[in-house]
Amino acid sequence: MYEGVVQNLIDELGLLPGVGPKSAQRIAFHLLSADPTDVKRLAHALLEVKEKVRFCRVCGNVAAEDDCRICRDARRDLHVICVVEESKDVVAIERTREFRGRYHVLGGAISPIDGIGPDDLRIRELMTRLADGQVTELILATDPNLEGEATATYLARLVKPMGVKVTRLASGLPVGGDLEYADEVTLGRAFEGRRLLDV
Amino acid sequence: MHVAHLSLTDFRSYESVELGLEPGVTAFVGPNGQGKTNLVEALGYVATLASHRVSTDAPLVRHGAARAIVRTAVHRDDRRALVELEINPGRANRARLNRSPVSRPREVLGLLRTVLFAPEDLALVKGDPAERRRFLDDLLVARTPRFAGVRADYDRVLKQRGALLRTASMARRGRRSAGGDAPGSHGDVLSTLEVWDAHLARHGAELLGARLELVEALRPLCEQAYAALAPGSGAATLAYRSTLSSELSSEFSTGLGITSDRAALTEQLLARLLEVRSSEIERGVTLVGPHRDDLILGLGELPARGYASHGESWSFALALRLAAYDLLRADGGDPVLILDDVFAELDSQRRRRLAETVAPAEQVLITAAVPEDVPSELAGVRFDVAEGGVARAG
Ligand SMILES: Nc1ncnc2c1ncn2[C@@H]1O[C@H](COP(=O)(O)OP(=O)(O)OP(=O)(O)O)[C@@H](O)[C@H]1O
Ligand SMILES: [Mg+2]
Ligand SMILES: [Zn+2]
Repeated sequence: MYEGVVQNLIDELGLLPGVGPKSAQRIAFHLLSADPTDVKRLAHALLEVKEKVRFCRVCGNVAAEDDCRICRDARRDLHVICVVEESKDVVAIERTREFRGRYHVLGGAISPIDGIGPDDLRIRELMTRLADGQVTELILATDPNLEGEATATYLARLVKPMGVKVTRLASGLPVGGDLEYADEVTLGRAFEGRRLLDV
Repeated sequence: MHVAHLSLTDFRSYESVELGLEPGVTAFVGPNGQGKTNLVEALGYVATLASHRVSTDAPLVRHGAARAIVRTAVHRDDRRALVELEINPGRANRARLNRSPVSRPREVLGLLRTVLFAPEDLALVKGDPAERRRFLDDLLVARTPRFAGVRADYDRVLKQRGALLRTASMARRGRRSAGGDAPGSHGDVLSTLEVWDAHLARHGAELLGARLELVEALRPLCEQAYAALAPGSGAATLAYRSTLSSELSSEFSTGLGITSDRAALTEQLLARLLEVRSSEIERGVTLVGPHRDDLILGLGELPARGYASHGESWSFALALRLAAYDLLRADGGDPVLILDDVFAELDSQRRRRLAETVAPAEQVLITAAVPEDVPSELAGVRFDVAEGGVARAG
């Protein structure tokens, strides 16, 4: 245990995801010995992000204004929506430069153990977006784990009567991975979800 | 296949031990409580990522140490794999293959395959259905490592679905005591329940179908093995009891009477789930699926459980392990046979028969408290285990 304020900082840092007690201590002492202007800049960034960042009214992605950069971009395809669990998934998909439609961020996945049901996700908002019939395809890009699959199944069933085409990302092998060393589950799924190769 | 090297750090009673091993028979001999079983338990752990003695990892770490490390060199034909496991109780375990980290320990499953005979095996015959389900599922994983994922997914569906059922059950009770329809989303619970039903049926069908096929494959092998161990007694039979067919559930039967076709099983599971939905919500538990099934062991006309004598039960347990061994061997790659303290439990006839059956295996590891407990058919290398050390005799 350290003097009040130092221990306080360690405790706060320890609450962050991926930071254990040891790392929290290391970060705290790093900050103690760091240049005061650097620490001020960090503190400012922390406050600013809470003050300025909002969630997009349309898609739920993090945004600096009412609507996010992607929803404001007129070049994006209005007919396709890609559904993801978190904003960080948007970033990951944007990096591939494959997708030119818009997103819908659910804010998680259905998980009864964590007390998360459909009502706790932004599903009603998604239904509203689909109501005017402009969207023709919904891509379900929830995580390839059980909760993500369950959420995708739930959405597919919900959307089915609306006549929107629903697709699911193929869960394949990690790019750059060696087939030989790919884990069996991934490899198994890759076989399950295999497609005809059009040549 | 055979294990050429075993190295333990802070595993059970061992602070550090290095052991060179050879194909053929190796016996670990020493007084009670000296660490013989600890050695073979470590090999079993590398093969299955679980101990045959305890269900949690904490007891595997040496008292006072933070983690245990098990390293093995496994030779199969002329290929060599170095498998390294770090056991961290309460945190994720880590694995390395040929000195490179793998993304999760599951990936090393199948590199070492063992069949372990132990005094605990008696529970296969006398114990709860969970013991027999574990026997089947462990064997599925040993034959097809992908089933580790199927099993984990199924367990996860059960947990999620159980949580939902408990919520629904509580809501129903609340509504009843409130004397009317409480606000809240009963329809919401039902629509998500359907989603979990679909996943339970799909993963459940895969597990169930594989178990049914496995039992079919084991049946003749187990009957043969039992006949060899205990000639002249009634036939050892296997039957699978599923929550799918209510006819089989109450009586003792040798037939399966259900298909192993995955699509058909999925449909049947879904239909049964609908039938029991109301009692599931009442009780807040999943009542249908392979997690409630059993492998029914029969001797002659009678079920083994509750009827078989102590010696008969032992022979049946050995027959199950031998059948598993035959099956794995037929798949290719002779698994490593581990016989922990089993000869002391058997009469001389069964001893000899078991020894004859296992002698041709590529590698056999035996533990025994006294040298006389190792049958003469299984003469080989001997290690003396005493006072926390392991030393080659002779
Ligand atoms: N986590 C642990 N830390 C330290 N010692 C342990 C740990 N787990 C078990 N032991 C010790 O290991 C010993 C048991 O070892 P083991 O089960 O291998 O014995 P054994 O040689 O097979 O004996 P037996 O002939 O009775 O079967 C016991 O003395 C026990 O106290
Ligand atoms: Mg022992
Ligand atoms: Zn947006």
